[in-house]
Amino acid sequence: MSPDRRRFLGWGAAAAAGVALAPALRLIELAQARSPEEAASALQRWGLLIDTAKCTDCEVCVTACHEENGVTGHGRPATDAQWIRKVSLRDRRTGYAQTLPLMCQHCEHPPCVDVCPTGASFRRADGIVLVDKHTCIGCRYCVMACPYGARSFIHEDVSGQKPDVPRGKGTVESCTLCVHRVDRGETPACVTACNRDGGKAMVFGDLNDSGAEIYRRLRSQPSTQVRADLALNTGVRYQGL
Amino acid sequence: MIRIAAGIMAAVVAVAGFADSGEKRAGRVAMPVIKIERGENCVAPVEEMRRNHMTMLTHQRDRTMRQGLRETRFSLKNCIDCHASRETGSVLGKDGFCSSCHAYTSVKMDCFECHTPLREGGAAGAPR
Repeated sequence: MSPDRRRFLGWGAAAAAGVALAPALRLIELAQARSPEEAASALQRWGLLIDTAKCTDCEVCVTACHEENGVTGHGRPATDAQWIRKVSLRDRRTGYAQTLPLMCQHCEHPPCVDVCPTGASFRRADGIVLVDKHTCIGCRYCVMACPYGARSFIHEDVSGQKPDVPRGKGTVESCTLCVHRVDRGETPACVTACNRDGGKAMVFGDLNDSGAEIYRRLRSQPSTQVRADLALNTGVRYQGL
Repeated sequence: MIRIAAGIMAAVVAVAGFADSGEKRAGRVAMPVIKIERGENCVAPVEEMRRNHMTMLTHQRDRTMRQGLRETRFSLKNCIDCHASRETGSVLGKDGFCSSCHAYTSVKMDCFECHTPLREGGAAGAPR
């Protein structure tokens, strides 16, 4: 092989490697936190994977959520706000019992958004379903439309809100997937708490990012959506259900 | 002639009434207390802030809520961080930065029905 030919092939190989690596580098970049000047993008879809086999009988996720978001009650379970709750299931015939956290499932086709008369209930580009309390009139159509019972109405005056989580009487609220933390590049409070003090049953990540653990697990292991028959394409998926 | 005289009379009475009510108002409503706790430079000149702060906040509110853009320049959290009182850590209250002007101009704001009026980290004795 002549030196010229060898050099030419070397360049070719370098160029090919560059082309092959570029998309991978792009993905790494996507996995980083957005800068505050960058809008939420449809390239990402945030989601949760909850392994019910690992979910123990604790309430760590519920406590952490309500602490992070300043969700306080008045000791009136019928009307107090509830962003996340533990649900217990029991097979009547075999007696097999399971427990799992249930919250807003961050649907791709959210019924709460369909029914909202003011456009306050909306889905952000990255898949997080939120209530814009500036336009919410408190009609509670979304509360009725949600098949997961994920939304709460604030009946009473609120004080002592967290700076990142405004809450006020007369509006509807639900799990925000800790959007203020996600925008900072952190994981939601429930996931952090579950991995620290709980059964390590929850994984948070970008459902579109092939490098993410949640993507790999959803691709290689069986998982279910709650009420998959409604074809809402939920962002929250369960295993072992 | 009578008509012109009546007109002049009416004008005089109106002006006198206006001046009178103005005096009363000055006696009744306290002038706003504008105490700037921290930072000599706001995000825009004072005149512009006085006239347009509500537009800036509404614009930023929609960007943050809908698009997830968390620019700090016009964010309510950023305003509160500088303007909250050193003693109470709040922009509300008797001499609160927001509430004293809003009471004077009689403009109701509903930001703090949901948002906390307190600076993150509470009342700070010294400027941060």
